Amino acid sequence: MFRRVLGKTLGFVGYTIQYGCIAHCAFEYIGEFVVCSGPSMEPTIINHDVVFSERMSRHLCKIQKGDIVIAKSPYDPNMNICKRVIGLEGDKVCTSSPSDLFKTHTYVPKGHVWLEGDNLRNSTDSRSYGPIPYALIRGRVCLKVTKYIDIYNIKKTANVSFCNIRKLVMIRSHVYGF
Amino acid sequence: MVLIMLIATLYSPLSSFLMAQQTTAGRRYLRAFVSGFFVAVPVTVTVLDRFAYVARVEGASMQPFFNPEGGLKSDIVLLNRWSVRNYQVQRGDIVSIVSPKNPQQKIIKRVIGLEGDFIRTLGYKNQYVRVPDGHFWIEGDHHGHSLDSNSFGPVSVGLLHGRASHIIWPPSRWQQIKPSLPPNRGPLDTKEEEG
Repeated sequence: MFRRVLGKTLGFVGYTIQYGCIAHCAFEYIGEFVVCSGPSMEPTIINHDVVFSERMSRHLCKIQKGDIVIAKSPYDPNMNICKRVIGLEGDKVCTSSPSDLFKTHTYVPKGHVWLEGDNLRNSTDSRSYGPIPYALIRGRVCLKVTKYIDIYNIKKTANVSFCNIRKLVMIRSHVYGF
Repeated sequence: MVLIMLIATLYSPLSSFLMAQQTTAGRRYLRAFVSGFFVAVPVTVTVLDRFAYVARVEGASMQPFFNPEGGLKSDIVLLNRWSVRNYQVQRGDIVSIVSPKNPQQKIIKRVIGLEGDFIRTLGYKNQYVRVPDGHFWIEGDHHGHSLDSNSFGPVSVGLLHGRASHIIWPPSRWQQIKPSLPPNRGPLDTKEEEG
């Protein structure tokens, strides 16, 4: 009897370890849901939005200019930041604000990326702390979960909208003229 | 979480499907292989990502501590990834980080200074550097033959990969690695600065 209980417990522990490892692999190599907070990516991502960030492009080094990425903050590794990639290594980026008379440029060093938030007026990004190493990037945001309230039934339903975040890059470059 | 449920729901019908088949020898081997595969691969990947990693030290940047003879004999070290899960390191630890110049390469160096320390540099653009918050200063033991903070400056703690805890090959060099700062390479005492 004791041996049966022991056997069942070991089997249960084994299954837990196995599913825990599968969960780790899914979060690490496929993707995860992230809750964003802060105003630095408005109007693309507003405070308390839930987004899905996929990990494959980061591991295969396929992050491109214009992608929104989740990265570890360079000043605090336990905090994550959500910004848009403006320049990859070797690119020339503009570091002065649009109101400055003289425009200053820098080149993004090898192995680094330049990040900026969409809400330029209210965002601490590479314009204050410089380019960040590529390896601090955790994942690329590809989907946003939008919630809407049905007025008649007064219940919240969630639907995943495949909003093409890349299209917003074209709108932004038109607005800022570069 | 949707992905977890997806994978879990795919796994159980697959294994029961395999069991329901007529158990000829070939199918039995296939079932054993598939169930073994689904167990071994995630467990191995999780252990390598979270607990321990084995790596070979190449190059002469940490001589004479690693690769003292150089040439074809390289040391193999055990990297402890569990102890750096909260990004806690001490001065004098040997750590592996993802190179800030090349995200696909890992480099192994010694931690000389933590955030807030003042470091006297060897060949960096400023002679004295205060390590910013969330960064640390790493150097190879073999100065001059080492690509370290003296070339690319303080490194963000988020790039930390693991802490080297033991040398496991060659067997003649089995030892536990203890944190120790090289002489004259520690952070500057602030009292010494003001005096």
